[in-house]
Amino acid sequence: MVVLIAVFFGTGTYLLLQRTLTRIVLGIALIANGVNVLIVSTSSAPGDVPIVGRDGRTDSVPQALVLTAIVIGFAVIAFLLALAWRAWTIDGDDDVEDDVEDRRVARERERAATDVPSPEDVDR
Amino acid sequence: MNVLLGLPLGIPLLGAALTLIVRGRTAQRTISFLALFVSLGASIAVLVDVAVSDEIAVSRLGGWPAPIAITLVGDRLSAMMLVISVSLLLVVLAFAIGQRASDERSPFYHPVYLVLAAGLAQAFLAGDLFNLFVAFELMLMASYVLLTLEGTDAQIRAGTTYVVLNVVESTVLLMAIGLVFAATGTVSMADLPERLAALPDGVRTGLNLLLLVAFGIKAAVFPLFFWLPDSYPTAPSSVTAVFAGLLTKVGVYTLIRTETLLFPGGQNTLLLWIAGLTMIIGVLGAMSHMEMKRILSFHIVSQIGYMVMGLGIATEAALAATVFFLLHQIPVKTALFLVQGIVERETGTSAFDGVGGLARRSGFLAVLFLLPALSLAGLPPFSGFIGKLGLVRAGFDDGAHVMVTVALVGSILTLISMTKIWIGVFWGEVYPEVPHGRVGILRHHRLMSASTVLLVAVTLAIAALAGPIYEFCVGAAAQLVDPSIYIEAVLGS
Repeated sequence: MVVLIAVFFGTGTYLLLQRTLTRIVLGIALIANGVNVLIVSTSSAPGDVPIVGRDGRTDSVPQALVLTAIVIGFAVIAFLLALAWRAWTIDGDDDVEDDVEDRRVARERERAATDVPSPEDVDR
Repeated sequence: MNVLLGLPLGIPLLGAALTLIVRGRTAQRTISFLALFVSLGASIAVLVDVAVSDEIAVSRLGGWPAPIAITLVGDRLSAMMLVISVSLLLVVLAFAIGQRASDERSPFYHPVYLVLAAGLAQAFLAGDLFNLFVAFELMLMASYVLLTLEGTDAQIRAGTTYVVLNVVESTVLLMAIGLVFAATGTVSMADLPERLAALPDGVRTGLNLLLLVAFGIKAAVFPLFFWLPDSYPTAPSSVTAVFAGLLTKVGVYTLIRTETLLFPGGQNTLLLWIAGLTMIIGVLGAMSHMEMKRILSFHIVSQIGYMVMGLGIATEAALAATVFFLLHQIPVKTALFLVQGIVERETGTSAFDGVGGLARRSGFLAVLFLLPALSLAGLPPFSGFIGKLGLVRAGFDDGAHVMVTVALVGSILTLISMTKIWIGVFWGEVYPEVPHGRVGILRHHRLMSASTVLLVAVTLAIAALAGPIYEFCVGAAAQLVDPSIYIEAVLGS
């Protein structure tokens, strides 16, 4: 179980750091499932066997928590896929791009360094 | 008696369901306003009840005994947060309608907005971590949709960052809650302090740090803030205003809860470091940008630093100042974003190279910007001054001289970047050229101006009534410092 969780988290994190949105979605799905498995496998009073408990009964809170998490995860992944689809219809790809305003500030830095008048200045 | 506690949560959800069925725009608006008004009424009733009886209001859904039932808890802090957030949601709803932009006209705007209201209310009232997690998800799901409602290129790009970051945040939170349960066997915030205190130090610190990371992403503290200035500016101004005023503050609220109730005195030094870095880095980010919305977004980050500072000092006086600062920050920040919304609506942009000289066109709009801006920078006699004064005094009493210096430097830098907006947008020659015969700005956007004026009036009222409000905050801090009050109220001792 521990190895499984570790694999889920490891591959999930790797995928999350990619630029392509589809891979990010897969990464999120993996990590979310990693967390769910983690919670189920630790779900009982401290020191007891998970799910079965000491005498066949456990607190149902973790199960409820995981159930909620699964449902929410499903909704979020559906939403992210919709975003990816939309990005694809607009751009033709689903890469996550850099921030527009950040790029503008960076560009102006470079321009100030090379001392070329910006197109906006010329326009005015 | 405490049926009232459920209303701010239930009524907006009911309203959301109704607005999904009814598609007429007028009907949707009516339902939204009605739902928020009822919710506001209930919140005020809770606040009065809590303030007068000086007890903590507790409601156990389904009538089960305390540790089993889903409990809603309203102490002074949460009642206050509830009232200010719901009234803010009302004002911004009016602004959004007055904005006549495409987002409010979408049939999904109102349901999602009401779900956001319900999520906020639940987050403030939640009596256990599980419930808090659900509240966060409710709120986040609504905010995802609001942020990307128009589906433009920029919104999709920023929305992706925002959604992914927040999903990671909820995953961390979920993991933290799961581990807290594994270690203690409970998620009730009233049971937890005792059981957490019984844990070994290492385990407790680990759990504390996991929760800090989860709530820290939400509150946008250093070094977890980078998603905020990236994603907020792309949303329509009315949406950004709500996000700026409320969402990060929920993060701060939960930080206050965990650090006072669950892990008292756990990570104060760490919090002070975070606070200082958040203040300075946030404000430096603001100074490097040339667009009003960006600058204001970076200021959200910077101001969070002040709240975390009070939390890090953690004396009763410091917590009182933090609570006051939190209260003052919500309307001030939102008012600034609403002014930005008017500027953008009028001229099409709020970047410094696309607009200028607005003070000459509408002196009144300039004043509407100036009042909250000075309050944000912490100049007397505005509310920001009182909050910062309280923080600085608490810092001196506690001997945190370095922290106080950092906070004051942060204030001066805030003032400088507010001056930058003033020079860029309001001062100088009128630009772009105005069509002939179109004088003034506010008279063309009556509803937008009215709601902004109302909000600026609220910020001034907080400054004018600072005495009684501050006393209330001291009472809230007294409840926060002593977790046993909370525990006894919820468990019924």
